[in-house]
Amino acid sequence: MLEGVNDPVDNPGSGLVRSRTSRTRRNLGLAALVLTPLLLSSCTVPGFGAASGVTDASHKTYKLWQGFMITGLIVGGLTLFLIVYAALRYRRKSDAIPRQTQYVTWIEILYTVIPTIIVGVLFYVTIVVENPEVARVAHPPAKINVVAFQWGWRFSYPGYPNISTVGQTTQNPVMVMPVGETDAVTLTSLDVIHGFYVKEFNYSEYAQPGVTNRFDVHVDTAGSYQSQCTQLCGLYHSLMYFKVVAIPAADYHACLTSASDGPTFVACAEKALASAGSQMTATVRPTQGALSHHG
Amino acid sequence: MVDVLEPQTAAHDDHGHDEHHGPSGIMNWLTSTDHKVIGLNYTVTSIIMLVIGGAFAMIIRAQLTTPNGSVVTLAQYNELFTMHGSVMIYLFAGPFAFGGLANYMVPIQIGAPDMAFPRLNALSYWLYLTGSITMLLGFTVAGGAANFGWVGYAPLSDALNAPGAGADLWIGALLLTGFSAIFTGVNLVATIFYLRAPGMTMFRMPIFTWNMLVTGILILLAFPVLTAGLVMLYADRHFGTHIYDANHGGVPILWQNIFWFWGHPEVYILALPFFGMVTEIIPVFSRKPLFGYKGMVFATIAIAALSTGVWAHHMFTTGTVLLPFFSFMTYLISIPTGIKFFNWIGSMWGGQIRFTAAMLFAIGFLITFLIGGITGIILASPPLDFFTHDTYFVVAHFHSVVMALVIGAMAGLYYWFPKITGRFLNERIGKAQFWFLFLGSTIFTMPGYLLGLKGMPRRMAVYTLHPEWQHLNILSSVGAWMIGFSTILFVINAVKTMRSPKTAGPNPWDAHTLEWFTTSPPPHHNFYALPNIRSERPTWDYYHPDAPALTHDDHDPSHMPNAAKGATK
Repeated sequence: MLEGVNDPVDNPGSGLVRSRTSRTRRNLGLAALVLTPLLLSSCTVPGFGAASGVTDASHKTYKLWQGFMITGLIVGGLTLFLIVYAALRYRRKSDAIPRQTQYVTWIEILYTVIPTIIVGVLFYVTIVVENPEVARVAHPPAKINVVAFQWGWRFSYPGYPNISTVGQTTQNPVMVMPVGETDAVTLTSLDVIHGFYVKEFNYSEYAQPGVTNRFDVHVDTAGSYQSQCTQLCGLYHSLMYFKVVAIPAADYHACLTSASDGPTFVACAEKALASAGSQMTATVRPTQGALSHHG
Repeated sequence: MVDVLEPQTAAHDDHGHDEHHGPSGIMNWLTSTDHKVIGLNYTVTSIIMLVIGGAFAMIIRAQLTTPNGSVVTLAQYNELFTMHGSVMIYLFAGPFAFGGLANYMVPIQIGAPDMAFPRLNALSYWLYLTGSITMLLGFTVAGGAANFGWVGYAPLSDALNAPGAGADLWIGALLLTGFSAIFTGVNLVATIFYLRAPGMTMFRMPIFTWNMLVTGILILLAFPVLTAGLVMLYADRHFGTHIYDANHGGVPILWQNIFWFWGHPEVYILALPFFGMVTEIIPVFSRKPLFGYKGMVFATIAIAALSTGVWAHHMFTTGTVLLPFFSFMTYLISIPTGIKFFNWIGSMWGGQIRFTAAMLFAIGFLITFLIGGITGIILASPPLDFFTHDTYFVVAHFHSVVMALVIGAMAGLYYWFPKITGRFLNERIGKAQFWFLFLGSTIFTMPGYLLGLKGMPRRMAVYTLHPEWQHLNILSSVGAWMIGFSTILFVINAVKTMRSPKTAGPNPWDAHTLEWFTTSPPPHHNFYALPNIRSERPTWDYYHPDAPALTHDDHDPSHMPNAAKGATK
């Protein structure tokens, strides 16, 4: 499950990325030692309500989530057991005054030291997952500029000045991304703060006025991912939709070079997605029917 | 003064020899500088705010029972959740704790006749009341109340995006209640440092008083920052400055830094008083001293100190903060919080636990806060925060925390109601209220975690594209309505109790601290006499001189024949 971490195959010619990759692998190896039981049984560990998603980072975030949930259930479960056990076991049986114990030093040291160790481990695995997630590829093979505004999105593709898609609220503008390639996303806002969030990426980031954020996404599954703004941005916040269409990288670049403008590019991408195989249909949401409620 | 005297009974009031001869009735409420009257003013006002904020929540949850909810419009929805959060955070939780119960109890717990600055105390209350009315008046102006969320993020809260007077009233209300909080903080710190009775050393103070001292210091650190941020926001809106305006060289993210530099200490300003209440209640109803008293004090100080260095964990997805630092600091807070949990459990361990309504609420607090704490550790991990930020997972997390505080507030009310009024709240209604509140909180928050993981963003009036979220939302709403019903039970109980006779006596719970030595309710200036204060449990020591707390060296039972005999009787 550890392959595909900033895989050098996907980033040809980037020595920086390759060295980071080996370090990442070593770190993940150490993390694997710490969370061996989890990683060994990762296929059978429940998701606790979350899903693995469709990007390199989302898979790792999902594993981190599983690890945290297991730790949380053990620690929380033990604490809950102790609370309920103490409450029931020591319910009043007589009017006698119980032993007035106030300090037991070794127990106090124990419940200071053990949480400190747990916290240290959690911080370590956090860093192991976080560092590659916030790292940026030096020469991304695909780029997209995302501009949020009240209450819509503009997606444009550097190097292709004619191609951009703009849509407001229920027009549900489409953002096209390649599968199997690192796509560098720059994110900003024209007015207030918006939230770029794709559930299947297990990732979100603010689109802010005056700030241009950049993050890298490596999608590994073609599909159509209905998304929406997550940061309160005014009246139509709950209708500020967009949709990610992820298509094979070859189709992505072919569509970019053949399309004359935004709408033809999106049409080309959706056609490529439709022909990418029937296995994708499960992930395609029937958005158009639902969207027609809001004209 | 230090002679051991008989604790006073209510009958002593009839003497009236040192009674206060001030105005009575409504004039007493309006003009009093007595910390008990002001504390009651605060308590009643803040519970009214709890009911108002709760009513907004009921409407919000009604709206979310269908994907295309039409109970309110999109605009009204934004006003409702903004005012729900604002009323609950600014006008209920804080003022209830540090203005209400702390104002009433802290001077009595340390054997003081009043707060250090009684008139300043009265000013605090009137600023708070004025601020509360100011905020709620937002609903009456054109454009409606503030609608940019209780965090008021710039630039959504600037003159362009929030042009109405509702936003100005919101800012004005926060300035007024902010100064009210600062003055109360000054009063608490000065009172605790300077007005302790002879013998009441710092390490003999009740934990509730300790928590209020730390809360007071946190208020003084945090609230002025918010006040400064609000003044700048108002200047941006009306005086032509561009402090938060990115189009003219301003920095919108500055607001978030300022807001959360107040906002995260504020979480502990809200939480510590309720930690303190629960820490009073659990040992009393377990008939044991607080386990690890000094560890508890240091844990409280550590939480407060760390809370000033974690603010940017609210800003992980801004791309502008040093993730590992704020993540690590946040993790560290879980260590002293864990110490508190084990101290609470240790206090119950080996005790004789009486399941009064107050104790039930205290245990309900532990369980609900445990869930909020564990999910808080999850959110401290930036990758998991990227994943869940601004979804219902976060909403569920902080509602687990704040519902724990509400449950803790009820624990405090059921515990201290006999002291304040001389009357017991009805235990039967109290236990029914507990189950509605506790189960309601769980049923309300649990679906939220799942909805967040399924991708439901917060502050959504409709979820048209995701009808599959409806079932969990209905479940969550049912939980919220159970909470609402529990509040009605409390109001009924309080009204009913106020018509019953005063039967409580000075020390109905066989409690530990000084407020249980005086009459119920206490006389003007609180005490006719004080016991010797030789530990953090002077009242317990007075009634049980043969059962002192065991020190570090005494946990071998053979060293303490008295207590050991008592246990085996």
